[in-house]
Amino acid sequence: MEDVFRGIWVVAYRELLRFIQERSRIFSSFAMPLLFLVIFGAGFNRIIGTMAPGIDFIKFMYPGIIAMTVLTNSVMSGLSVVWDREFGFLKEILVAPLGRSGIVLGKAAGNATVSVMQGIIMLVLAPILGVSLTPLLVIELIPMLIVISISLSGLGVLIASRMRSQQGFHIIVQLIIFPLIFLSGVFFPVNNVPAWLGFISKINPLTYGVDAIRQLFLGGEIIYSGGAMAQSNYAIGVTVFGHTMTVLEDMLIVIIFGAVLLSIAAWSFSKQE
Amino acid sequence: MNIIEVTELSKNFKQLVAVDKVSFQVDEGEIFGFLGPNGAGKTTTINMLCTLLTPTGGRATVNGYDIVKQRSEVRRSIGLVFQDPTLDEYLTAEQNLRFHAYAYNVPKELREKRISELLELVELSDRRKNKVRTFSGGMKRRLELARGLLHSPKVLFLDEPTLGLDPQTRRHIWDYILTLRQQKNLTIFLTTHYMDEAENCDRITIIDQGKIIALDTPDKLKDALGGDVVTLKAKDNNAAAIELKERYDLSAVTQNGLLTFSIPQGEKFLPKLMGGFQSPLLSISIRRPTLDDVFLKLTGRAIRDEEAGAKDQMKEIMARERRHRK
Repeated sequence: MEDVFRGIWVVAYRELLRFIQERSRIFSSFAMPLLFLVIFGAGFNRIIGTMAPGIDFIKFMYPGIIAMTVLTNSVMSGLSVVWDREFGFLKEILVAPLGRSGIVLGKAAGNATVSVMQGIIMLVLAPILGVSLTPLLVIELIPMLIVISISLSGLGVLIASRMRSQQGFHIIVQLIIFPLIFLSGVFFPVNNVPAWLGFISKINPLTYGVDAIRQLFLGGEIIYSGGAMAQSNYAIGVTVFGHTMTVLEDMLIVIIFGAVLLSIAAWSFSKQE
Repeated sequence: MNIIEVTELSKNFKQLVAVDKVSFQVDEGEIFGFLGPNGAGKTTTINMLCTLLTPTGGRATVNGYDIVKQRSEVRRSIGLVFQDPTLDEYLTAEQNLRFHAYAYNVPKELREKRISELLELVELSDRRKNKVRTFSGGMKRRLELARGLLHSPKVLFLDEPTLGLDPQTRRHIWDYILTLRQQKNLTIFLTTHYMDEAENCDRITIIDQGKIIALDTPDKLKDALGGDVVTLKAKDNNAAAIELKERYDLSAVTQNGLLTFSIPQGEKFLPKLMGGFQSPLLSISIRRPTLDDVFLKLTGRAIRDEEAGAKDQMKEIMARERRHRK
């Protein structure tokens, strides 16, 4: 057991060390979400009004973009596993007296720290977009980002656990990451869509991550109580079997999903030779 | 005490038998060499002993711990230097060592002291703050050697420790290895396909196609050949071989158009041979036997031929990889 805990912190420590030394990564992972925000924001601002009256599209999309930053970064964290395998360093880790599940959790923990930092950096945009931030909101956001990022790191490490080349990893990740993003309600509410699309969106765990962050930003209370924008917000919140998800329920789904993924990843990782 | 005990250890990869029921013991403080051509099963054996591969048969203990049931204890008892570099090139020499110290739980009060000592030993103290990316192949290998020793292991495994290094650096690495053995009573288990390096070992195991074909001290292995090695080239090698067999009862091996055989006190035999030999001779030479001759005698092939074969295999594999990527 001690081997597992030491594995977690040693591996996480190195992830952070590497992140600090590759400052360019901070900006590169920032670029794509920003691009989406600007282009989709400009293109769709008018259209969204018909789906959810009274909501500014940028304000609608912005929380989703934060979730998307965390998702991209988390799934890509698997790349460092493939990288380590290609350059031999994985052998140094595998032959050390560290528990295999500790190695997987360490990758996830290190990545969560990086993802939270990147999520926080995205907050810099809030004043520019006219989104109001409160200290409480930021404090509540952090645990959400941690949960989402640890869960999705499980996906990244799982893919990486059997990948031998970086190219291969990139191809698989692109195939997975784009559907995950587009079908997560980042760009449109998942309730006012054709049934098949809604179904896929609702089995996508990222949907619940996006929903939780969005409720945090747009104010959960106006979704349920009869606030001024109750009508419009009702259409935005994710409903499952007619039940509108609360932030805690959303998070619970993300946690269950993450636990399953991390367990499979740890299993797959310990089986490799 | 036997620090490594191996009993009928086997490893199959699907149909391929990489290691076939090998058994041997290594004494504490010994330099134990595994010699054989590429693909003979040396690395597979090392990987099993250091818990990276699970054997398909047999058992083995390292420092008294079972390599399957007590992996963690085995890992703590051993240091490793692999064939290919396993350093994080984007970290500094010092950071690589520190990572290792954390991973192996080296006590805090010893950590920095030992890092400095070992960097001193491998003469990298002045480069400790440099990124490993900027190091030459020899420097990387030296750093790995230092890293392998950081947690004071009982056994140091070196898988082809000097592969791809220039002769001067090879000499250097060997100096460290011999110093270490003297200073720390460390057991060193190494694989190599360099004959001259194998000579430095206390005992050598010659392995071919997954099986152990000889195990003894380098001197005894060479003595077992029966004296000096005579190499000759005749106009007609076949006729010469038959004549050697009939007149002197010597069985010669043909190798690259040369006939090779062993004979005690070769310098006395040569005049006799030249006096009455019927087949016309083109050239003749005599030398002390090497481990290469031992291998040739035991398998009928030279290690160097195998290497050429391995290179072709490598090319083949790389060509296949390229096709895959397209």
